[in-house]
Amino acid sequence: MSVTAHLTIKNVTRQFSVDSQTITALQDVSLSVTEGEFVTIVGASGCGKSTLLRLGAGLDAGHQGEIRHRGNVVLGPSLDRGIVFQEPRLFPWLTVERNIALGLENAGVSKAEKKRLVKEHLELVGLTGFAKAYPHQLSGGMAQRAGIARGLVNRPDVLFLDEPFGALDAITKAHLQGELQSIWSKEKITMILVTHDVDEAVFLGDRVVVMSPRPGRIREIVPVNLPRPRERTSSAFGEVRAHVLQSLNGTASLAETRATAGETKPVLPRPAIAAVG
Amino acid sequence: MASKTPTSVRIRRGITLPILLLVLWEVSSRTGLVDPRFLPSLESVAITAKRELLGNDLIFDLLSSLARNLGGFLVGAVLGIAFATVLALSPLAGRLVMPTFNGVKQISLLAWIPLISVWFGFGEQAKIVFVALACFIPVVLNTYDGMRDAPKDLLEVGHALRFNARQRFLRIYLPSAMPAIATGIHLGLIYSWLATVGAEYFLAVGPGIGGLVIAGRERFDMAMVMVGVIILGLVGFTLNRLAATLENHLLRWRPPRTA
Repeated sequence: MSVTAHLTIKNVTRQFSVDSQTITALQDVSLSVTEGEFVTIVGASGCGKSTLLRLGAGLDAGHQGEIRHRGNVVLGPSLDRGIVFQEPRLFPWLTVERNIALGLENAGVSKAEKKRLVKEHLELVGLTGFAKAYPHQLSGGMAQRAGIARGLVNRPDVLFLDEPFGALDAITKAHLQGELQSIWSKEKITMILVTHDVDEAVFLGDRVVVMSPRPGRIREIVPVNLPRPRERTSSAFGEVRAHVLQSLNGTASLAETRATAGETKPVLPRPAIAAVG
Repeated sequence: MASKTPTSVRIRRGITLPILLLVLWEVSSRTGLVDPRFLPSLESVAITAKRELLGNDLIFDLLSSLARNLGGFLVGAVLGIAFATVLALSPLAGRLVMPTFNGVKQISLLAWIPLISVWFGFGEQAKIVFVALACFIPVVLNTYDGMRDAPKDLLEVGHALRFNARQRFLRIYLPSAMPAIATGIHLGLIYSWLATVGAEYFLAVGPGIGGLVIAGRERFDMAMVMVGVIILGLVGFTLNRLAATLENHLLRWRPPRTA
């Protein structure tokens, strides 16, 4: 992994005015991502994590501060920066393979190359048999795989993922997290993933960026120095998760309660997050 | 719940009422319940149909009407889709034109006939203009709504993938508006058939089913009128079915309807 600053977010503030009131979605956020890194951003709803992602992808603008990708200021969307949304956002009138090919629409590749890349990415996300299926024939997990393939097919430098597994059931979710992690280690694409799921953030991230709401700020950046693929049940994993949770809740006392209560009544991560939002 | 009724049963149920009506018709004309001069018997209608088919040019009349219908329909549909697309994709044009269009569409189609006859005469040209106008209005309204309802989240995907205006139109606006355009075309097809008959009634008499009905009325030959009316109904029914089949084919990407 090189250590060049690949994507830099410097003192970014983003305000929205809603009904003549100014809401600060992001306040003075700075983050530097190195090439090939997997950064996860976790926070309660309203902490501006999706806003930050959209700014990075170039889908939103109007911020103060500066976002640079490979040294160039981000002014709008680019094919070098892919995005995967929470909803798969497939075009219902196109088959799966043609949906994935949309990612290459403006990439200037030949027809044959396009075909090869689409086929390759169908394989990568395990949808080979569904090339000719229409989106309504897919399950939620399959549709999201197609969405990921569309984001990846153009070989972007950075892939932004906005709660990509947020709408999936727990089993599909765990499965796709494993797949995303193996795609990442195979393809070496920088990934920035926004989530409200602490487990997911720790499982996937090299670093976990913890954000706090109103106004959205970075509270802490937690490095995850665990070998991949990670064991969710290992004690080291549990320690990092506890650290992130503690940071999210912003109180040391909760961690203590958790440690003592853990013996008899395990505290699940979800209610803890709910307490923040 | 999706209906699992077999097609044969559905057809049987669908034709029950028409058959009952035919029986009622036959019984009432046979028993002298109604004056056969006003409601001729089925038999005399069949004889008249045969006479018109073999002796006169019923087929030519039908083809003339269909040609008129199709010509006007094509002109109206193509112009309508183009017009609505411009209005939907250019907010300024939409705001300038749509209020007027919504006002103008309230004018009864038949009220246009005097104007059209002054502008285009009484001949074939005027008839096609009238049919085109009848088709134009529903096509414009539905196409406009469909294009305006293009999903914002897919437009954002297009933005992220750096679609140009052409790609936005071909990949998002047009296909997402297809169901609405199909509805518009479907309605346009029905309206244009109604207008074809209207044009044949109110503009110069020429070959056509409308002309046949008028001739029947003038000769007080109600059987001939009935032949015309039945053909009008059958053609309308067939056009409707054709439109529905085409619609299902074009929109096969949609999930099957559950209602």
